[in-house]
Amino acid sequence: MRLTDEESAIFAGKFGEPRRWAITHQIAVGEFFDAADFVPVSQAHIMADTESLGVAGVQFLESLAAAPEAERRVRVPTITDPRGLDFAVYRRLGQTDKMAALEQRAIEALRAFGVLMTDTCINYQTIMAPVLGEHMAYGDTGVVIYSNSVLGARSNFEGGPSALAAGLTGRTPRYGYHLDACRRATRRFRLTATPRDLSEWGALGGIVGEACGSYWQVPVVEGIETIPGSDALKHFGTALASFGSVALFHLPGITAEEAVFAGSVPPAITITRDGIEAFLARYAAPNDKLDVVVFTAPQLSLFEMEAVARALEGRRVHHETTVIVATSPEIKHAADRMGLTSRIEASGAVVAQGICFYQSYAREMAEANGWTRLMTNSAKLVNIIGGYGYRPTLASLARCVDSAVAGRVL
Amino acid sequence: MSILLRCHKGIGSAVTGTALVAADNFSARYDLDRSKGVFSRPSHKLAGQSYADRILVLDTTKGGVATAWMLHEMKARGLVPRGLIFNRVNPILAQGAAFGDVTLVDRFERDVTQTFRSGDELRVDPAAGLVEILNRDR
Repeated sequence: MRLTDEESAIFAGKFGEPRRWAITHQIAVGEFFDAADFVPVSQAHIMADTESLGVAGVQFLESLAAAPEAERRVRVPTITDPRGLDFAVYRRLGQTDKMAALEQRAIEALRAFGVLMTDTCINYQTIMAPVLGEHMAYGDTGVVIYSNSVLGARSNFEGGPSALAAGLTGRTPRYGYHLDACRRATRRFRLTATPRDLSEWGALGGIVGEACGSYWQVPVVEGIETIPGSDALKHFGTALASFGSVALFHLPGITAEEAVFAGSVPPAITITRDGIEAFLARYAAPNDKLDVVVFTAPQLSLFEMEAVARALEGRRVHHETTVIVATSPEIKHAADRMGLTSRIEASGAVVAQGICFYQSYAREMAEANGWTRLMTNSAKLVNIIGGYGYRPTLASLARCVDSAVAGRVL
Repeated sequence: MSILLRCHKGIGSAVTGTALVAADNFSARYDLDRSKGVFSRPSHKLAGQSYADRILVLDTTKGGVATAWMLHEMKARGLVPRGLIFNRVNPILAQGAAFGDVTLVDRFERDVTQTFRSGDELRVDPAAGLVEILNRDR
């Protein structure tokens, strides 16, 4: 990689050990992907839940955070993805004091870098959305795909170490979705049925994602007749990124950039209502005893919180079923102020902030609580959670709530 | 008696080990029980099999960013693949390999899941962009 004088000095350790580690890591990744140079970024977003970090990851953060302040402070605004647990509710969810202690250590280390603890995967809805052409180092696949596609930002998937490195150097290797050539469309889909709710937008993302199956594919979806809102595109994008590892999509007339194909226009794959319903049916489990209903992945917007509150109004969650509603700290505070939290919790549901369930020791929660059957309106969550020992069911918010009240999958 | 295959220059140090191969994809979060060192996702073609100390040969990477931290954590506990061979990876696996010092190569001229067989003895040289099958010549 071509380095500027400043980058060479960082590499030589003249700006301290944290920045030397950071640029060394970034050069290894950049050279793997044939990056010619670095590109400045205006934000970094770190995924650093303690389930992923483990003790070794926390010790790594602590070792860098022990450097003098001038050497360890991030150079661009750097924020965090959801954490491993919410200190206010972790015991109710079967998480342990040991997990909480490790979480506290991670938080203290991240704060020492000057990281802003936003603990959110919906920063594009709640913190600061990027603008067209802005280069970012975002560390959550749902954040990357929404920002790249809906807003026209430029980011690769930046895992925790790489996002921290970008915060420390203020730049990232210029490869992948920072480059025009990578942003050209490669696959084409035509929709003949409009998704009816967020679970179906997620199902659509899952269908397109499975067909693409690669980070380097850029799908175009035609035939969307009404403009989807932010929450619909959030669920579509997160499922597309989860099922397909896709980081950019184009919806002609809706998303930020014109869909230009890399070569000749490929034939379109048609997605019908039957296709969407068949996707949902893969996860059906009628009448199964229902252990846990989860609303998150991504964290809920204020409008989703209000929809959950309305659906649970005057109802009581079955005594053998747990309902978890997770959102960002910003939205939780708003929901508290507007009375949404108390309306949701009056049903027996748990409202958590700053977590996203699957990043929160999901296997240990299942073992501690005896959970197997999980129901959600998040296609992303049903894709992830099977490996943690859950049997997931995907359904609309309304059907999830009805099932939670009944204590079985309806 | 060996077969030599070229790939893109990779990450990590040269390693020798036994291949575990499947025409399937990979995410440390989605697919593994990291406490036991086995594939745990029921639908994965390697479900129930141990990945510890094997050279994993798979198609591509799945969604999710957690693998970037997890390879480091898995290595610290000694339950980690010895090497990773893929057709093509996403940035997360490359970042995770670089951070966790796990050997990784990709971008061959042939489909790696059809070229390598479980049980093959492999030598992976990321700096040279070479993988050698040591125990057979066809």
